[in-house]
Amino acid sequence: MPSPSSTTPAPHPGDDPALLRRILRECRTIAVVGLSAEWHRPSYFAAKYMQGKGYRILPVNPRYAGQQVLDMPCVARLEDLAEPIDMVDCFRKADDVGPLADAAISLGAKCLWQQLGVMNLQADAKVRQAGLHSVMNRCVKIEHARLFGGLHWAGVNTGVISAKRREA
Amino acid sequence: MSDHIFRPETLAIHAGQVPDRETGARALPIYQTTSFVFDSAEHAAALFNLQTFGNVYSRLSNPTVAALEERVAALEGGRAAVASASGMAAEAMALMTLLQAGDHVVAAGALYGGSVSLLAVSLAKFGITTTFVDATRPDAFAAAIRPETRAVFAESLGNPSLTVLDIAAVADVAHAHGLPLVIDNTVPSPYLCNPLALGADIVVHSATKYLGGHGTTLGGVIVEGGRFDWGNGKFPGMTEPSAGYHGVKFFETFGDFAFAMRARMETLRIYGAALSPQSAWQILQGVETLPLRMERHCRNALQVARHLQSHPLVSWVNYPGLPDHPQHALVQKQMRQADGVPGASGLLAFGVKGDAAAGVRFIEAAQFMSHLANIGDTRTLVIHPASTTHRQLDEAQQRAAGATPDLVRLSVGLEHIDDILWDIDQALAAAAR
Repeated sequence: MPSPSSTTPAPHPGDDPALLRRILRECRTIAVVGLSAEWHRPSYFAAKYMQGKGYRILPVNPRYAGQQVLDMPCVARLEDLAEPIDMVDCFRKADDVGPLADAAISLGAKCLWQQLGVMNLQADAKVRQAGLHSVMNRCVKIEHARLFGGLHWAGVNTGVISAKRREA
Repeated sequence: MSDHIFRPETLAIHAGQVPDRETGARALPIYQTTSFVFDSAEHAAALFNLQTFGNVYSRLSNPTVAALEERVAALEGGRAAVASASGMAAEAMALMTLLQAGDHVVAAGALYGGSVSLLAVSLAKFGITTTFVDATRPDAFAAAIRPETRAVFAESLGNPSLTVLDIAAVADVAHAHGLPLVIDNTVPSPYLCNPLALGADIVVHSATKYLGGHGTTLGGVIVEGGRFDWGNGKFPGMTEPSAGYHGVKFFETFGDFAFAMRARMETLRIYGAALSPQSAWQILQGVETLPLRMERHCRNALQVARHLQSHPLVSWVNYPGLPDHPQHALVQKQMRQADGVPGASGLLAFGVKGDAAAGVRFIEAAQFMSHLANIGDTRTLVIHPASTTHRQLDEAQQRAAGATPDLVRLSVGLEHIDDILWDIDQALAAAAR
């Protein structure tokens, strides 16, 4: 890493805390693509956390198609989902995100979320052009915990300055 | 929440604490409890697996301690922080999380004596070696880096040498070799200097000093900047399944606060140097007034330095806030102006004319300047490092650390400047007798 300035990402709408807050309030049904059934994998961590916070988690992973992950039926592809979704959460490498962006648009999702380390700029541009929200290189669980409380307990700088009681 | 950028004066009072959800208490409650109940067996499992965030046991985290952690993280512009029982515990936690047997550290030679002992003696027992270099020469850091080097360590403002580190230059050296720069920022405090903004990766503090400011309470904090690439191949402990925490891959799972999480779950949890909630609360009482206090410390110290410069019984004065100090330009570049004066802290050093015994006589003649081994108190403190804080080192090490035999260190307090100058003058007169 040469210098901090060169690694600071350019401003992106998906980095705005107010927008992240809105996305996490509005997107209650989340298709998690690449969700692992192994408890120590980040995708399982994140989805289990979100499920615990009241989100409806729909597992998408050909490896577990027809089985249950997090007590929910897993499908192979987004197109196999039997119900509408608000968010497509991508635990896939960046090269695999293109078709997920197309599916998010055609399925009427409100947000394409690319997880930590995942940044497909073409997919980002495409979904934004189609009127969807786009978040890249962020963890849905970490952002929820940062903006709605839990991460405070882990010493994280949440950026919350307020004289109101913390939201439950 | 808007994207308004809050300033340090506001962060020092508000960051990390909102009114208590249950009671509405505006001030921070002291959660004096060892343990926290689980909602269910499922909830317990999720907490232990780090799948949800919450409190389990106060050796790992505690709500009162968390307020201090987030506040210092905010003041440093960092991503996350972990508190510890003392400043030395914070430094040990940072280095023990980073390093393992066979690793090597390049460190500034002008360090606090305890830091020298940690690196040269205590970590050496575990097979971690350190090369000490001239802190004023970034090229000396570069020359000492080896294939097995895993960290570069220095103080932003050396204690007691008052050497100013060119943080951006040394950060460039470290990053060119894929290494994190760890900075002890105790002396400037996060109000006067933010090393992370200058390129450092991890900051450690003795919160016992200016952060608390009252000289009542021990504590330490590490802060992670969140920009270092732990996936560069040199830090398998950050990227491979953790043997210390059942297979979690910290960098993959926690991203830009992976180091803080690993320090908490592997190092703090196991070595156990946790900060007590009572202590965190006391330190936070001080943090609220940090910006105000630092301004006065700097203003008083500059006046003391000027006074000593013209004093016939003083042979030399070292205060980086003086315009003729060789590193004054670096102070102006790296450190916040405090109420119109350079933010060089309340620490200064000077030589009493005569032999080392004259320095000892000066200290013993002081009326209210306290002879003790601390800095950053409201009270003016005075010490002779060669015979106290640095006496475990031999004379060569003392000189390398900047503690010459005639050096007297002042930590200029918040008393009235006329009274401080009066006590100095009468003690100097006694030393000359």
